[in-house]
Amino acid sequence: MAETDTRTEPVVAAPDLEYPGERSGKCPFAPPAELLALHEDGKPVARARIWDGSTPWLVTGHAAQRAVLSDPRVSSDEKQPGFPHPTRAQAENAPHHPLTIFNADGAEHTRIRRTMTSPFTRNRMERLRPEIQRFTDELIDQMLDGPKPVDLVTALSLPLPSLMICALLGVPYEDHEFFQEHAAVANKRFKTADDDRRAMEALGGYLTKLLQQRMEEPAEDVLSDFAGRVTAGELTLPDATLLCMVLLIAGHETSANMITLGTALLLERPDQLERLRTADDPGFLANAVEELLRYLTIPHLGQRRVAREDIEIEGETIRAGEGIIVPLPAGNWDPQAFPEPEKLDLGRPARHHHTFGWGVHQCVGQQLARIELQVVFGTLFRRVPTLRLAVDREALEFKGDSLAYGVHQLTVTW
Amino acid sequence: MKVVVDEEKCVAAGQCVAAAMDVFDQRDDDGIVVLLEENPPPELADDVRNAAAVCPALAIRITD
Repeated sequence: MAETDTRTEPVVAAPDLEYPGERSGKCPFAPPAELLALHEDGKPVARARIWDGSTPWLVTGHAAQRAVLSDPRVSSDEKQPGFPHPTRAQAENAPHHPLTIFNADGAEHTRIRRTMTSPFTRNRMERLRPEIQRFTDELIDQMLDGPKPVDLVTALSLPLPSLMICALLGVPYEDHEFFQEHAAVANKRFKTADDDRRAMEALGGYLTKLLQQRMEEPAEDVLSDFAGRVTAGELTLPDATLLCMVLLIAGHETSANMITLGTALLLERPDQLERLRTADDPGFLANAVEELLRYLTIPHLGQRRVAREDIEIEGETIRAGEGIIVPLPAGNWDPQAFPEPEKLDLGRPARHHHTFGWGVHQCVGQQLARIELQVVFGTLFRRVPTLRLAVDREALEFKGDSLAYGVHQLTVTW
Repeated sequence: MKVVVDEEKCVAAGQCVAAAMDVFDQRDDDGIVVLLEENPPPELADDVRNAAAVCPALAIRITD
């Protein structure tokens, strides 16, 4: 008992704010106001209290985010003590998580990442542009031929990236209801550990079976590449399954939210929409997509890290073992990097945004996402110039509870 | 202008190809950077600087 009496409580730093906050009803496209206030207070590095009562560091400045995310002393290993898990479910499941590109560091990370990058090179993605255009045109044809109003999520936003990642991986699109449902569970913030495990097991079983089929009968797709590496003994079947699962989930939820939310935003900014519709310079269109990515920053819950050593940053010392959260929306709205960040300006230089992350963990599929968004935003408003919301703006339900921000439904007419 | 790339650091994000496709390419089997032009002409200097600035792995170094 004497020992208990003299034990000191762990020191909990006083938090500057609770994290994550909500995007406000006043402007649901903008990052939470309390994050933006840190820019005004000149605090690129602060303390936040999260769901488990711990107070990890919160890195909100654009330059500070770059410094932290490219520092090899900063770890993504979610099994390290002090790692600031985003949810209870992830904290509970972390000890059982296999090694993936998300939680590996250094040479291990490089090894895993290099098995995933070949299908996503810039030139390969450019060669897919005609197919992305064809899918986009077909989906818009079907939408225009069908009844109106229509939900843009089911008509275009979700089918397009799903069709593309299916075509690339070699997953049959007919199974989209099955994998979209389980991927949506995986992306939920308030899922239980059991729900998460069940969704992963269902998707894993499904992809293992497809990989086994490709080991028997290879085709021209990414699943066959991975199946070939399993046959050659370079990868285990469970590892190949996991890599394919990461690509399948990340390949459709993110772009889908970006298409819906981007459309919702543009419908509110007719001057910017007009610039986009009438632009005939592909360079302008490409940059406009970067600005939409910056402005909306759909990966809104913050990258999670833990310091392996003491690190000095912006006058603060992050001690070894302390958690670090990097809310990407805040870096993208740092006035030092993007003057008047609240202004959507499709012509501003925006390529240095952090929506795909920064450092060695930057998004593997970013070049596919870019081309999908360039095609969709370059096509939709030209082909449907009278596109407009069919419900009151106040009726839109924004997704605060998902790992990717968005709107649940976007009912549109023309 | 002289460009040096570090293949060990490269994470195959493809940002350099998007920024300066006449100077950078990616290897087919793993997406690692391939330097096409070690001494790019002055008219490509801005694109190359941009490529170095958007490389998330800081794998591109420029010397004058």
